[in-house]
Amino acid sequence: MSEPQSFIRKCVFSLDHKVIGIQYIVTGFVMAIVGGLLSLLIRLQLGWPTTLWPILETLMPNAYQSGVMSPEFYLAAVTMHGTIMAFFFVSYVLVSGFGNYLVPLQVGAKDMAFPLLNMLSYWIGLLSAIVMILAFFVEGGAAAAGWTAYPPLSAIATAVPGSGLGQTVWLLSMALFIVSFTMTGMNVVATVFSMRAKGMSMMRMPLTVWSYFISAVMGLLAFPPLTAAAIMLLFDRHGGTAFFLPAGLSVGGQLIDVGGGSPLLWQHLFWFLGHPEVYVLILPALGITFDILPAFTRKPIFGYRISVWSLIIAGFLGLIVWGHHMFVSGMSPFTGEYFSLATLLITIPMAIVGVCMLGSLWGAQLKMATPGLFILGLISLFGTGGFGGLFLGNATADIQLHDTYFVVGHFHLMIGGVTVFGLFAAVYFWFPKMFGRMMNEPLGRVHFWASTIGYYLVFLTQHFVGLRGAPRRYYSFASYEYLEGIATSNMFISTVAFILGAAQLLFLFNFAWSAFKGKRAEANPWRATTLEWTVPSPPPHGNFAEEPVVHRWPYEYSPDGADEDFAGQEVDGSTVPVTA
Amino acid sequence: MTTTTAESRWMGGECPFAAGWKKVMMWVFIIGDAVLFAGFLSSYGYARTMSADWPPASEVFNLGLIGLMTFVLISSSATMAAAVAMAKSDRARAARFVWMTVVGGLIFLGLQAYEWSHLIAEGGRPWANPWGASLFGAYFFMITGFHGTHVLIGVIVNIVTALRTASGVTPAENVEMAGLYWHFVDLVWVFIFTLFYLL
Repeated sequence: MSEPQSFIRKCVFSLDHKVIGIQYIVTGFVMAIVGGLLSLLIRLQLGWPTTLWPILETLMPNAYQSGVMSPEFYLAAVTMHGTIMAFFFVSYVLVSGFGNYLVPLQVGAKDMAFPLLNMLSYWIGLLSAIVMILAFFVEGGAAAAGWTAYPPLSAIATAVPGSGLGQTVWLLSMALFIVSFTMTGMNVVATVFSMRAKGMSMMRMPLTVWSYFISAVMGLLAFPPLTAAAIMLLFDRHGGTAFFLPAGLSVGGQLIDVGGGSPLLWQHLFWFLGHPEVYVLILPALGITFDILPAFTRKPIFGYRISVWSLIIAGFLGLIVWGHHMFVSGMSPFTGEYFSLATLLITIPMAIVGVCMLGSLWGAQLKMATPGLFILGLISLFGTGGFGGLFLGNATADIQLHDTYFVVGHFHLMIGGVTVFGLFAAVYFWFPKMFGRMMNEPLGRVHFWASTIGYYLVFLTQHFVGLRGAPRRYYSFASYEYLEGIATSNMFISTVAFILGAAQLLFLFNFAWSAFKGKRAEANPWRATTLEWTVPSPPPHGNFAEEPVVHRWPYEYSPDGADEDFAGQEVDGSTVPVTA
Repeated sequence: MTTTTAESRWMGGECPFAAGWKKVMMWVFIIGDAVLFAGFLSSYGYARTMSADWPPASEVFNLGLIGLMTFVLISSSATMAAAVAMAKSDRARAARFVWMTVVGGLIFLGLQAYEWSHLIAEGGRPWANPWGASLFGAYFFMITGFHGTHVLIGVIVNIVTALRTASGVTPAENVEMAGLYWHFVDLVWVFIFTLFYLL
């Protein structure tokens, strides 16, 4: 493979999976800034609902008329925060970004199976992100029907201002996103099947690769029904059909003249994607945990095989439990019972994964650095957040808790917490491989402690606000007598949220500064075993000077007979005995 | 490395399916596309069971015409299979069979256009129709239209494949991949035929 020389081919229109991975990661962080700022605007409104913000009025005259956030803008902010964080931050950085960067390196391949498709995937993905941002500037503002885009709010252009052009742009952007994400998923599946190095059997793959593989398969099975639903919604909006519009619907006193469809159908199709999507996002974080952890415990992980199978089973179950998002939609109790049982079944493989993580920590003498700290934080959040899931998976409890801040707190600990902690751990861990420089350790530690404490204070408090009955998506709680007691809690959450947001600036600074000024990194700074650490940092074009041959599993730490306390996958059995 | 046992095929260094990554990816794409159609068709089933006045198929459709369309499309699958079988040994004949598949696809599309124009002339629209539930028109035009688009894309792919096979640019594997897609499109039609016209 010849290396391209010009800047354009090397850094912009690159076919190299490493460059594309970094492009995804940077794009994802830029989107995270937008999504994060939106969350701070939301918290500003909820914490101090009656305060005037003349400065925001100067910045955004339409959204803050006479200094107060308009309810329409609040809905748009909530919608866009959710969409951007789930699809354009976590999906891009953790799944497409690190997936692209790590999978070929860890299976010992020169590149992805189809580099051109990979490049196309990024450029379509970037276009999709730009289109999503543009939604803020169209007439009526961005989409406001929630990240779930439930009809009729999303289907009738006159329902709320955001239901107009903003919703169409939202759907267009999601269509591009699905195309881009599907291309990456196809590449990951084909790469894992056919590009593994000699000796890299499926059961010798690092759990990171396994988790990306399972996540890609799930994405490929779950996204097409959403595509179908999005096409139907576009027809409802612009083609005069009524797939999702019930008969006799009236908006603003005007009877809608088409009907006969069912808004529930959208909920089914949406959650058939929506639930697997959280597994698409969270599985890579869990897989990464198993690969970062042993670098700091210096011992093999506990339960490799059962973790692989648990991730596969959790992935499969994740595809058939979408109804637990719809317990209050008038679902028959029998169907509800099935969805409850299937959902609670997932706790078995997930608890096994959690036990394997704890088992991997058991008896270890931890030598911690920032990536390891974030992994510990991830395990802790996984336990706490998962515990809340037990309440929500049970239909009886969910009927009480549905659409309250309990749900908001729960998913921010899981797909907003576990994934983001996994993603931070991955950045701190693989940064030296990507840029050839270490990230700053003291800054990283401050970032870790501020994030962990901040996450718990914000999102655990939200659980309790939810238990008191505060509904999500409400613009202001000031006019409800029974919710007067939560005003202080909301002010507290908002204050901590601002500190949490400020702590992320440390991370962004650390990232940008270390990329140019950080301490030079050697090829294997963490003394880890997987194949990417056998090549220079950053790896050259084509990754491996000669095709690697794999002799062992990726968790050979503190083995007998080795000079060092680890043996990489490429070390053959003559010096260090092969244990798996 | 030899590929005698199933075990050793999965040891890395080669694709376990005795196929290149291109074919693996084609299969992955087909599975995804199949799930997309499954999304459409299950929505259709949902709507049909929900509606009280779904029009009976025999009153709306000309089943003789649909039978002919189905026959033509299935036959074109057979010619495609013949092309794939010959792609390695006899390029010229393989190309001729691909051309026959193209003709089959075009006849199918022509008949579908005829059927659509007929239904539209009788007043069938995506938002209303004279036969019963308004969702009938919406689902019918969307799903057959989406399938017709797939056929059209398949015809274009097949034209390119035929030209490139005849001139010897394309490896035999590409004929096989075009064949995979074409068989998939035909298989989807079998489901649409059953669920819309027979039931």
